[in-house]
Amino acid sequence: MKARVFITLKPGVLDPQGKAIHHALEGLGFSGVNDVRAGKLIELDLAEGTKDSEIENMCRKLLANTVIENFRIERLQDA
Amino acid sequence: MKSAVIVFPGSNCDRDLAVALELVTGRKPAMVWHKEAELPDGVDFIGIPGGFSYGDYLRSGAMAARSPVMRAVKDAAARGVPVIGICNGFQVLTEAGLLPGALMRNAGLSFVCRPVRLKVENSQSLFTSQYDSGEEVLFPVAHHDGNYQADEATLDRLEGEGRVAFRYLDAVNGSARNIAGILNDAGNVLGLMPHPERVVEPAHGGTDGRRLFEGLLETVNA
Repeated sequence: MKARVFITLKPGVLDPQGKAIHHALEGLGFSGVNDVRAGKLIELDLAEGTKDSEIENMCRKLLANTVIENFRIERLQDA
Repeated sequence: MKSAVIVFPGSNCDRDLAVALELVTGRKPAMVWHKEAELPDGVDFIGIPGGFSYGDYLRSGAMAARSPVMRAVKDAAARGVPVIGICNGFQVLTEAGLLPGALMRNAGLSFVCRPVRLKVENSQSLFTSQYDSGEEVLFPVAHHDGNYQADEATLDRLEGEGRVAFRYLDAVNGSARNIAGILNDAGNVLGLMPHPERVVEPAHGGTDGRRLFEGLLETVNA
């Protein structure tokens, strides 16, 4: 069973990397980009039957720093 | 004073900290590897050094904060043993939940490596008793993730309770309210990005950091 964890900075938390990417996009001539926020994607290969609450625990204890980051869990169907 | 310096894979200021501690206390600190579950008996000071523990994987300090030795550090901190986290050590302490807030990428995105002017905001703590309140000191910084952030309520509480120990006098890394170092609520845990252990001998170009360790020694021996 696979799951993806998306980790994003909380709204209002300054994102220097997102800003730099934004400037670089503008430098390449891409207009119309209003804002850029950079985050992380973590893919987990989990034992069958791993509960949502277990994945959430992993996020709270390690994968995300909830002082500055939000997380979202997405379970993937087995291919 | 019997001190311990915690060593993680990727720590690189552990030796500097050990040399500074030996210089001031006259005693070599125990170097404690991160896999140890216990600290040596009778340790009355713990230092978490700078560096790039675990290659800064996931987030700076995130992996180190979950290593076995940190359980022992947390227990010791709860018993009132003084703990200092310098640079990566500060990041480890926030990730471990021993200090509030988080250290993010520098606002200018560049690694900042230079001496910076600091104001001693609290000269009553067990780490800063040898400084005058409001005194200006010069400590070097060398970091990429030193941008201290916390929510407004936390920042207000830190300020209100005198827990901002050091503040940058110039903009260095984008830190909220120019915070360079903070104390926990009990006052026995200090985290700071600048390196006091790199200014303890005249050959270092300054000795402003020496009094931090001298103050600590005096408190511990009192």
